[in-house]
Amino acid sequence: MEVKEKVLLDIKNLHTWYRVYGGNLKVLNGINLMVREGESISLVGEAGCGKTTTMKSILRILPPGDFLIPKGEISYKGKDILKMNPSEIQRLRSQEIAMIFQDPTAALNPVFTLGDQIGDVIKYSIASDGRKGRKEEIRALSVKAFKEVSLPDPERMLENYPFQLSGGMRQRACIALAISSSRNLLLADEPGTSLDVTIQDQILRLLKDIVEKKGTSIILITHALGVAREMTERIYVMYAGTIVETALTKDLFKNPTHPYTKGLLASVPRLSGGGIAKGIPGRIPDYLNPPQGCRFQPRCEHATPSCAESSPQLCEVEKDHFVACYLAQR
Amino acid sequence: MLFGSEVNTVMSQPGNSEILRAVNLKKYFRIGKDKKGPIFVRAVDGVNFSIKYGETLGLVGESGSGKSTIAYDVVGMYRPTSGQLLFKDQNIAIQAVKRPLSQKKEIQIVFQDPSSSLNPAQTIEQILSLPLKLHTRIPKRQFRERMVELLERVELPAEYLYKVPSSIGGGEKQMVAIARALASNPSLIVLDEPTSALDVSIQAKVINKLVDLQKELNLTYLFITHDLSLMRNVASRIAIMYLGKICEVADTASFFEKPLHPYTQMLISAVPVISEEEEKLKPKKIVSIGEIGSPVNPPPGCSFHPRCPCKMPICSEVDPEMIEVSPEHTVRCHLFSRPEGTGSKGVQIEEKQPCV
Repeated sequence: MEVKEKVLLDIKNLHTWYRVYGGNLKVLNGINLMVREGESISLVGEAGCGKTTTMKSILRILPPGDFLIPKGEISYKGKDILKMNPSEIQRLRSQEIAMIFQDPTAALNPVFTLGDQIGDVIKYSIASDGRKGRKEEIRALSVKAFKEVSLPDPERMLENYPFQLSGGMRQRACIALAISSSRNLLLADEPGTSLDVTIQDQILRLLKDIVEKKGTSIILITHALGVAREMTERIYVMYAGTIVETALTKDLFKNPTHPYTKGLLASVPRLSGGGIAKGIPGRIPDYLNPPQGCRFQPRCEHATPSCAESSPQLCEVEKDHFVACYLAQR
Repeated sequence: MLFGSEVNTVMSQPGNSEILRAVNLKKYFRIGKDKKGPIFVRAVDGVNFSIKYGETLGLVGESGSGKSTIAYDVVGMYRPTSGQLLFKDQNIAIQAVKRPLSQKKEIQIVFQDPSSSLNPAQTIEQILSLPLKLHTRIPKRQFRERMVELLERVELPAEYLYKVPSSIGGGEKQMVAIARALASNPSLIVLDEPTSALDVSIQAKVINKLVDLQKELNLTYLFITHDLSLMRNVASRIAIMYLGKICEVADTASFFEKPLHPYTQMLISAVPVISEEEEKLKPKKIVSIGEIGSPVNPPPGCSFHPRCPCKMPICSEVDPEMIEVSPEHTVRCHLFSRPEGTGSKGVQIEEKQPCV
């Protein structure tokens, strides 16, 4: 494997809050995340821990007016996304970063054919180069993209509406939309979760092939540790808006250090049997009034008084393995 | 042994250790008609299975395989089109409204999504009191006592009685749904994907509770799920469904040791795992291809043949019978049928896999 050194995306101390009646939901509480060129990483965490909010902050597609980013920096190729003007953002979305959503049924517009939808994506991508795409060119690129995701009969598929496709085929179409013009970074938000296990397997294999062939970087969001293990080189474990642990995939599974990571790993039912651990007591905190100090502290069985006083920062416990826990740092 | 008809198998065994037995159970839904006659969705198409007292039968399959339809047949939400459902040797293949109360209270169900199976306008007290009113002879003044006891069983504090479902977490809601199912002292509980809407750390808690309750109250579970690794840890026996038919049944140990049906192998190989040890259990040669067919027009012959890597000419013509490969391990696949009826044991799937 070649050395992947050049940093593509670097998120520093990102805070994203949502405005609601009664205050601000302090969802993201200082996210630090970095993707190098050609690298595949995954962001693992349970429902409501802020994975999707992080992704939406990157593309700035959060509901306008309902959120604020009081602190933080998202630098893409050295430029801060949060400070970009609308035309730069448009270029970013049409040429640099693409996103694949969890539910392909909701991601596709039901009243336009697939050809219309992928055609638009390609048209805007060409337009941001300052050219006007010809119809034949757009069609040829659409067919090429559909072929790349192994959709059967791509020519005819362009005339189909989303409802005429099965869930797995719809997700393939969504991936085609995302890779139709060359991108440097793919954000895949639980791409297989709404699908059956055999179909998920096919979609993930397809995604992995494409990423490897094109050298695209990918951030895969998932709640399944197994998916993260099979797909990516590095893992970020997220809990309640904070990164609690990050390591190379093999190190994380060999030597999980944060109590949350340990609890999560123990909760996963194994194909080899042996029963299921007790799980983690409690539930994710209320973001309106999140707990003081470490956000996992109310559910943690190793919590000490110091955990509630200040929040631990990510510290390197071994090479490339960072943990945000006082327990590991002692 | 090769059985000419599955009904024969049924007859040859005494049914007294079984709490539930399905015999050639079918459920078709009429969705319209054309020139040839009515069009049906064959959701469940001739299914045979049995559940012994105190065990957990895991019914596993992809969406559209008909597993939930079986659940609804058992609890009486649907009336089966044909076939028998024997619960404690009595036929219950009728709708629940026509079943006697004494039978209804014996079979309860826990649904997949607790947010939609609990009435959002009712307090948990109201939710739990209905089964007590219907199915028990507890006097009203003792309701509270019994409800607190039910909540204790699922490790929820008594003050939860006055909460509404929207104010508690997803795992706790599912615990309330389990308490409601326990209220009538059932002997069989149908669990229809009870944890697939929950996070894994919460799932672990709910599953452990279910396992404990089974031991304490001597319950029998029909556990419907798509999660094979969960079933490895919970089920005593596993049945795999594909397009309305059961294609493999085995006790959990031999099921994972030696999965026989190509579809079963495909399912196991698609499970994302978190350790090398589990990786070794996955059949390497089979990768998942294709998608589940349509239950309106199931493929001729074996309904799995369009996706099967070990397809033979006979597969698209003749629907295979259920074959007993070893005691407690049956499979519906032509790879294991031998005309002599003797050579079926020990057929290695690898030797017939030139197509992979």
